[in-house]
Amino acid sequence: MLSTLDPGSPAARRGLSDISIRNLFIIPTIAFLIVFNIFPLIYSLGYSFTDFRASSNAPANFVGLQNYRDLLNDEHVWNNFSVTAKYVLVSVGGQVLLGFGVAMLLNRKIPFKGFITTLLLLPMMMSMAIVGLFWQLLYSPSWGIIDYALGLEDFAWLSNPDVALYAVAITDIWMWSPFVMLLCLAGLSAIPQHLYEAAAIDRASRWYTFTRITLPLVSPLLLIAIIFRTMEAFKTFDLAFIMSNLDSTELIAIKLYRLAFQQWQTGPSCALAYMVLIMVLAITNIYVKYLNRVKGR
Amino acid sequence: MAAVQSRSHSALNRAAIAVVLAVTIIYLIPIYWITSTAFKPRSAATTVPPTILFKPELTSFVKLFTKRVQVLGEVDPEVYSKAPWYEKKLYDEGERIIKDADGNLELSAYPSRFLNSLIIAVSSTFLAVAMGTLTAYGFSRFRMPGEQDWLFFILSTRMLPPVVVAIPMFLMYRVVGLVDTHVGLIMLYTAFNLSFSVWLMKGFVDEIPKEYEEAALVDGYTRMEAFFKIVLPQAATGIAATAVFCFITAWNEYAFALMMTNRRAQTAPPFIPAQLGSGVTDWTAIAAGTFLFLLPVAIFTFLLRKHLLRGVTFGAIRK
Repeated sequence: MLSTLDPGSPAARRGLSDISIRNLFIIPTIAFLIVFNIFPLIYSLGYSFTDFRASSNAPANFVGLQNYRDLLNDEHVWNNFSVTAKYVLVSVGGQVLLGFGVAMLLNRKIPFKGFITTLLLLPMMMSMAIVGLFWQLLYSPSWGIIDYALGLEDFAWLSNPDVALYAVAITDIWMWSPFVMLLCLAGLSAIPQHLYEAAAIDRASRWYTFTRITLPLVSPLLLIAIIFRTMEAFKTFDLAFIMSNLDSTELIAIKLYRLAFQQWQTGPSCALAYMVLIMVLAITNIYVKYLNRVKGR
Repeated sequence: MAAVQSRSHSALNRAAIAVVLAVTIIYLIPIYWITSTAFKPRSAATTVPPTILFKPELTSFVKLFTKRVQVLGEVDPEVYSKAPWYEKKLYDEGERIIKDADGNLELSAYPSRFLNSLIIAVSSTFLAVAMGTLTAYGFSRFRMPGEQDWLFFILSTRMLPPVVVAIPMFLMYRVVGLVDTHVGLIMLYTAFNLSFSVWLMKGFVDEIPKEYEEAALVDGYTRMEAFFKIVLPQAATGIAATAVFCFITAWNEYAFALMMTNRRAQTAPPFIPAQLGSGVTDWTAIAAGTFLFLLPVAIFTFLLRKHLLRGVTFGAIRK
């Protein structure tokens, strides 16, 4: 590679030039991501305007915006979106309350604090599919420990259409509250102690100290946690898919999977995928904006 | 006055510690429960009320790794007395291990799925971290037109819902014959982890002072030599942390594996839950499979504990 450079240039004397090293290091990654992410999306944008079915050999016919029109007029799809909204609200809400609460409790001198924190963080490192699986053991009616602990004899959490979604959300809260806790803890421990001392000298009430010092100083990190969890909850597939297969737990990602890989309605599924994609990108944009804002603090 | 305040303060502190301990214990019950079920005899796994005290045994792991059939009628006492302990345990439950003509035990599908998980997670981690480190260095040290936009583009690929990408990827893989292959899944996971690896490594590389390389350049090193001999050793901790994160993500991944594989290259996450539906549910064997699958993740989480915050925020928060 060196021999291709002009032997007289300073770059050749010192090996590759900075520009060529930069390109050598960056371009393969970008090319790889384009091949594996952008190209497929262009491919599926094309299919979203057709009636293509991956299970048949029939050629795809161009149908214009028909798929999008059908989806927007489909009550089931609207139901999927409202189930997803409910799920996001419950699970992110629960995670924020629990995560922030435990972070407040942990933000003091506690014996074995590092060890306890790591134990609490274990669930979020686990596979969603596997967590969903073993929570089925906990939720099972009659011999599950949740029913036993609550004194409910035969309560079928996961096959009861009224509570199944909440049961899945509880599992998600169990898994991801530690994530919110971790970020809140980082925010809390960064608050300078002298602010609290000054507040104590001024005889500020606990509530005042909390709302005027603690909350505003933690909020940037808390916001990041909320946006990130909202995005992830919106995309949830594994957990709900493994735990329950009721209409009332059919999140939009599950609907998408069924449309594409069980009903093989490739064209419409590509159209729905695009609708989901646009929403996810919008949230990502907000997320990155906040991430950059707190960066390096 | 001050004494009174500090006494009430320390009482509050003690109450908080008690609550923290209680929360931690409640939090760990699900993990304890799946672990203990893996070591329970089958008769104690699904009882009413739940069995808390029991004599731990390893029968579930024998079941996990072998193919078995029901034994009809009594077992020949002579065969029974000669059988090794694990076969005796199964005879006690009215089952025996299927053997081939040479007397070798037939393995269940679990070990092969576990091995697939390992091969795919390790290979994709290696690729993602190698490419990610180079790219992170490129973005950290050199100016590039539209740098922020490229970084956003890289991050946004990570945020795409797997199902959205999987539909066209499946169609494309079907054309080139990559459905249900290790290579196919390795490349998908590499793409999925690459953006994370770039962002996290960029944080680590940014922290290495530029002066080290500049001194090396003055000493006559080329840029490449400076990168390999100065920057890489300095970034070793960061590379290790990034690798562990990428490994865990690939190890845990379910959606792509479900849609892109069905047998040959299937990994453990879609395989283990599928055991629930097949035949009579034996929770002890499922729990044993789950336990072995979760074990590496638990160990890695402890190794990673100092870098978790950084990892979950894509390197943005560095403490």
